[in-house]
Amino acid sequence: MGEETVSEAKLVKNAAGRLVPQVVNGAQQTPFAGIGGHRPSGRKAAPKITTCLDYPEDGNKRVGSLEEALRSVGLSDGMVVSTHHHLRNGDAVANMVFDAAAAIGLEDLMWFPSASFPVHANQIRHMESGVIHHIEGSMNGPLGDYCTAGKMRGLGVLRSHGGRWQAVQDGEVHIDVAVIAAPTADPFGNANGLSGPAACGLLGFALADSIYAEKVIVVTDDLVPFPCLPWQIQGNNVDAVVVVDSIGDPAKIVSGTTQVTSSPDRLRIAELAARFCAEAGIMRNGFSFQAGAGGTTLAFAIYLCDLMRSAGVAAGFARGGSTKYMVEMLREGLIGAILDGQTFDLDGVASMREHPRHVDTSPFTSYNFHGKGNFASMVDVAVLGATEVDVDFNGNVVTHSDGRLLHGIGGWQNCLAARTTMLLVPSFRDRIPVIVDEVTTLCGPGELVDVVVTERGIAVNPRRRDLLDAVAGSDLPIRDIHDLKAELDLLCGVPQKIRRTAEPVAVVKWVDGTVLDTVWRIE
Amino acid sequence: MAAEIRAARAGPSGDKIRSDLEVRYEPGTGALGLELTSKVGYLYGETIEAAVRRVAEALGVATGSLAVEDFGALEWVILARVETCLRRAGFDGPPVLSVPAPGADAPRRRGRLRRSRLYVPGNQPKLMLSAGLYGADGIILDLEDSVPQAEKDAARLLVRNALVAMDWGSSERMVRINQGEAGAADLEAIAPHNVHTVLLPKVERAGEVVAAAARLRELAGADAPYLMPILESPLGVHNAYEIAAADELVVALTLGLEDLSAELGAPRTTEGWESFLARQTTVYAARAAGVQPIASVFSGIRDEAGLEAYVRRERGLGFDGIGCIHPGQIPVVHRAMAPTEAELEKALAIVRAAREAEVRGLGAVAVGSKMVDPPVVAQAERTVELAVAAGMLVSEE
Repeated sequence: MGEETVSEAKLVKNAAGRLVPQVVNGAQQTPFAGIGGHRPSGRKAAPKITTCLDYPEDGNKRVGSLEEALRSVGLSDGMVVSTHHHLRNGDAVANMVFDAAAAIGLEDLMWFPSASFPVHANQIRHMESGVIHHIEGSMNGPLGDYCTAGKMRGLGVLRSHGGRWQAVQDGEVHIDVAVIAAPTADPFGNANGLSGPAACGLLGFALADSIYAEKVIVVTDDLVPFPCLPWQIQGNNVDAVVVVDSIGDPAKIVSGTTQVTSSPDRLRIAELAARFCAEAGIMRNGFSFQAGAGGTTLAFAIYLCDLMRSAGVAAGFARGGSTKYMVEMLREGLIGAILDGQTFDLDGVASMREHPRHVDTSPFTSYNFHGKGNFASMVDVAVLGATEVDVDFNGNVVTHSDGRLLHGIGGWQNCLAARTTMLLVPSFRDRIPVIVDEVTTLCGPGELVDVVVTERGIAVNPRRRDLLDAVAGSDLPIRDIHDLKAELDLLCGVPQKIRRTAEPVAVVKWVDGTVLDTVWRIE
Repeated sequence: MAAEIRAARAGPSGDKIRSDLEVRYEPGTGALGLELTSKVGYLYGETIEAAVRRVAEALGVATGSLAVEDFGALEWVILARVETCLRRAGFDGPPVLSVPAPGADAPRRRGRLRRSRLYVPGNQPKLMLSAGLYGADGIILDLEDSVPQAEKDAARLLVRNALVAMDWGSSERMVRINQGEAGAADLEAIAPHNVHTVLLPKVERAGEVVAAAARLRELAGADAPYLMPILESPLGVHNAYEIAAADELVVALTLGLEDLSAELGAPRTTEGWESFLARQTTVYAARAAGVQPIASVFSGIRDEAGLEAYVRRERGLGFDGIGCIHPGQIPVVHRAMAPTEAELEKALAIVRAAREAEVRGLGAVAVGSKMVDPPVVAQAERTVELAVAAGMLVSEE
């Protein structure tokens, strides 16, 4: 079916001026209608009603093996199987699922991960052999290359973390079987990520799957007696529990200690961004920020912390991506609470386990655009990375400038809802300009990107006159984005035009489920 | 011309090359073949090939084969690496330069602030790309200690091209050359490209400065760069004044404590008593000759408190600046070189009094009931300049 879908897909120009398919993997799409231009209708999706009659009264849902569990929940050809990515590149469970599906002899499954990592290159052979039809989720490394080369039978669908919740909730994606890797679980299916050898902090990315999937399998290597506390995943949603030797390689799940970048350029970018927050008056008592564990954004948090300390300012809350640095800020009283979407090191995991104001969040609370508000839009400043930014402040995070899929969207699109969004990027990487005339793939419309901070200067979106006025008297290197671009043209040379085909291999969804842009096959 | 042509290579090799390239040449009889691979070929393939061919033409290379493996090097780096490879292969011709950066013609200033000077290894183009962004008073493209003997020729061309193609902002454009024959070749390569100041290593006698100055005047005439001799031996320290006063191109005098300590047989310590006389002598000699005394580098990259203490101590001895080996040291140096509020207040009172005296045509300057001598006024003006540079004060001019 996917083969026809690709060739049948009629292309239409959306509100951002990008050509997008009207039909994706057999489903009719809504083209991006502008920021706030699309209103959903209808009711939320839901799995079938179940009854306790079908589940053991003693609460013991253990099944001998993953293969047995997949058979018991009735996994069959063409179904949608989901996994989460809290175990990052250490995850062993997603690969186990498709190895087991292959052993059963299943075909044409759709894999719906919350994100994929290089370790999941294992799934290429399952696509080659027909076990997996296509993937809807972030693809990078070998999987990204496979998709961009046009080898996947269906179209890739890239969604933000919030967009994934929205798609599940709105019924755009119906998960048949969710397989949830759980660092700790009890036989009833209650589970959390706080302890066990593969502790990863929280399981927020699996929450939608546990609520909306028809069938839910919990896989753990640390079975504890009921009750597993706290239950980040509720056993009442779980069909089967499987115990395995290991759900993943702890060394690749969280780092022992997060390292701050030592690159002078990145440190300069981080420092400029932190000073911008102070000079622009964003950093004031009770403010909030979001910063991840990427080299530059982590350094940003550390510089910001210094500025906050010397100004006697404390943040109301921070969203992250927690690391030991954020944990230290919480303990010092510089942050009132950490609303954590994923923990990056062991200090983060321990803090979430022990500190009452370090709490786990999910894409529902943080990011879901089809909810009654979300946390992302309440954040004063979010700092993010990007692979490209264009002179209209549009951002790209998913493709390399040659068009190859490189990253997932993650929470990036959702974070653009912050009052001020700052992209912290080098102006070029090994001669490849980051500031360009037009982004290769549009992931974030420029009207939501407020500030671009590079080692060569800070560009403020002209729409943010208020920010430009606020930093007018400072000694920050504020520059027109066209000036930065012109400097790069001199430094790197003006690049050739990229050749790409007119064949879609994937689409990028906006936070409201509309289609924002297309990723094209490259030769 | 009729040098024997041989196989040659230039540039780094290995897995983790970034912003650089490897070039190989094989002699042969057929028309020149070019095998080009580049991680940015889809963006710059045509311009990279054009750059390689430009160098080959300039050096009269018509046969053999060139293999270029590029990892996102900028054009001036490509030009330098290809030129190095072909010169190593035995070809000769005029230098091949890239388009000058808009800031490459920044004027030099004799008495400018030299609080910080950032050393950048001459054979590592990646580290040069952002060197001008950190606000160092000077950038030193180093051809000497940071460059292995076998790469001196490569670094010379890279530094030459960097001087043309890079904008170093408001930083002074400095190059540290080698001693002896290599140093002579260094001077010849860089002199025409608006070097502001040349650092002469291991100077022991005034004659060395005189010879370098004469050569620079030959090469660059009235644009001959300034000189900053480095004292790195007991003999150099002994002759400090003669060296500082050897030629009017000398603008500053500095010393290299690592080599000096080795020659003294007294390892470098945090307290620095072993080099106390050398440092004092450098300050006295420089001041006596009317040039700036500049202190040695501080090698602890992550020791901010240690660096700050070092800078304050050296500043207390009379030094005007410090050498930096990491951009992170620059703001610390600038902070520690800044005058205290009390020093600034006193200096401002003196400067105001001096200006008032000038307006009224008075010969003597008085602050309150105290008479102030001209050297004190000059020192006060320098303090005010430092305060402006440190952002403590907004310049009225």
